[in-house]
Amino acid sequence: MSVDAQTVRRIARLARIAVAEDEVEHLQGELNAMLAFVEQLSEVNVDGVEPMTSVTPMAMRMRADDVTDGENAEAVLANAPQSDDGYYMVPKVIE
Amino acid sequence: MTELTSLTLAEARDRLAKKDISALELTNAHVVAIEKARSLNAYVLETPEQAVSMAKASDARIAKGEAGPLEGIPLAIKDLFATKGVRTTACSKILGDFVPTYESTVSSQLWRDGAVMVGKTNNDEFAMGSSNETSHFGPVQSPWRREGSNTPLVPGGSSGGSAAAVAAQLCLGATATDTGGSIRQPAAFTGTVGIKPTYGRCSRWGIVAFASSLDQAGPITKTVRDAAIMLRSMAGPDPKDTTCADIPVPDYEAAMGKSVKGLRIGIPREYRLDGMPPEIEKIWQQGCEWLKAAGAELVDVSLPHTKYALPAYYIVAPAEASSNLARYDGVRYGLRVPGRDITDMYEKTRSEGFGAEVRRRVMIGTYVLSAGYYDAYYLRAQKVRTLIKRDFEQCFEAGVHAMLTPATPSASFGIGEKGGADPVEMYLNDVFTVTVNMAGLPGIAVPAGTDGQGLPLGLQLIGRPFDEETLFSLGAAIEREAGHFVAKPWW
Repeated sequence: MSVDAQTVRRIARLARIAVAEDEVEHLQGELNAMLAFVEQLSEVNVDGVEPMTSVTPMAMRMRADDVTDGENAEAVLANAPQSDDGYYMVPKVIE
Repeated sequence: MTELTSLTLAEARDRLAKKDISALELTNAHVVAIEKARSLNAYVLETPEQAVSMAKASDARIAKGEAGPLEGIPLAIKDLFATKGVRTTACSKILGDFVPTYESTVSSQLWRDGAVMVGKTNNDEFAMGSSNETSHFGPVQSPWRREGSNTPLVPGGSSGGSAAAVAAQLCLGATATDTGGSIRQPAAFTGTVGIKPTYGRCSRWGIVAFASSLDQAGPITKTVRDAAIMLRSMAGPDPKDTTCADIPVPDYEAAMGKSVKGLRIGIPREYRLDGMPPEIEKIWQQGCEWLKAAGAELVDVSLPHTKYALPAYYIVAPAEASSNLARYDGVRYGLRVPGRDITDMYEKTRSEGFGAEVRRRVMIGTYVLSAGYYDAYYLRAQKVRTLIKRDFEQCFEAGVHAMLTPATPSASFGIGEKGGADPVEMYLNDVFTVTVNMAGLPGIAVPAGTDGQGLPLGLQLIGRPFDEETLFSLGAAIEREAGHFVAKPWW
């Protein structure tokens, strides 16, 4: 399988990465090189094989449903590009 | 003063304990060495003031008889580990001047045990790379050069800064992380020792995430013993990481002197690649003979899905990365580029903040997870991953204790030499190491010799899950025969 220019634009949109029109062709070539490389997986017989979900057998550890952290808004916001009065600031999202 | 930087971690520990040297003089010697070696670009942030105050505190604890297992040992920290109050960027523009308000579990355990932080080391952006050339801070120069040549070489990657800092004697050990070979490949390129422990041995909490089902922290050091000492402090259960195993950490250093007599060592035939340099073949053969002479039994084994590990990795790792890196949105931390609305802000921020390799991987990851392609790519890759792991399990069930392979398909190469036209050329560096991540196993790279141009070459030992001890015993056996490899200073 390979991607066309339209698909490159669609992936960029899904990934929320702005791609300039003059970069599309180059990116298309790079992505197709990667896709050509992974193409060899199609020759593996995977009938009846379970997909891996955990690389080491382990049971999910449970803990009591208690509050264990919090009350540190200042630390949470310390690296925000823009914050005000305990909130992150973003461009207007609701008209 | 230079003499102090040439000590191994174990030697420095013993001399500190005997009060032959002070932690402060040991730290100062390294601070001076780091300043002189700036042309290597191994460190992206030096922390001399913090180092001196930590060293003074170590001397005070030594005086009171309260020394920890790493008391006064100068260590470098890969810039992927969150360090409280100390800038942490993953060497990406998108993290900008991020200053964590918390400490990663692994680094906090090093400080708990008395270690001294001398700085943060360079790495490929978000650990995506095999040469340290994708770093926003620019490439690292290896302390090694080809005989009679001034061509700058790569130290490998992604933990290139850590490997170069250890090899150039700018610290006594460094933390690193390994998703597809990022500890073992740079260790092999720089004549240092690097171990990627079993998945779940070290907590991932506070380490900038790349591919969560593959990422694992480990040390890069001058010797096998030093790696054993450092891993013991780094490893162990952590309630903050549910994938971190609740298994006690053994005294790895005790495995050092243990005999390897009677151990069955698998030699996987699929690791013999067409067109592999004869020097790699030779060093592998040499390693086999050393282990045989030490009493180990060599057995030919087959891992039939080996060739599919790298292509499966280039689906699984980018898929997980595309998900993990969704957090860099210009809202909570790091870079923000203003846009006409919130989506435009996201897109501009991520376009400007991510380098070319990261962008490429996030996009391929997004594609293989997108509707209509998930089954053909991602699901199939996860099934292949099951088969890769099964190959190893069958060998271990048949009585094999560990496997011996080359660490890399070549020695180090020149900066700018690979991957310019085709990204896959660079990816092939990890052909021998990536299987180990896909199967969650421990793997150690140990220096074993040099090529015709005087550059270090390494061997890799792969172990059973949570049996790092056998790797230390075998690694020590190889090290005893191969000796140590120290770069001649030119910087």
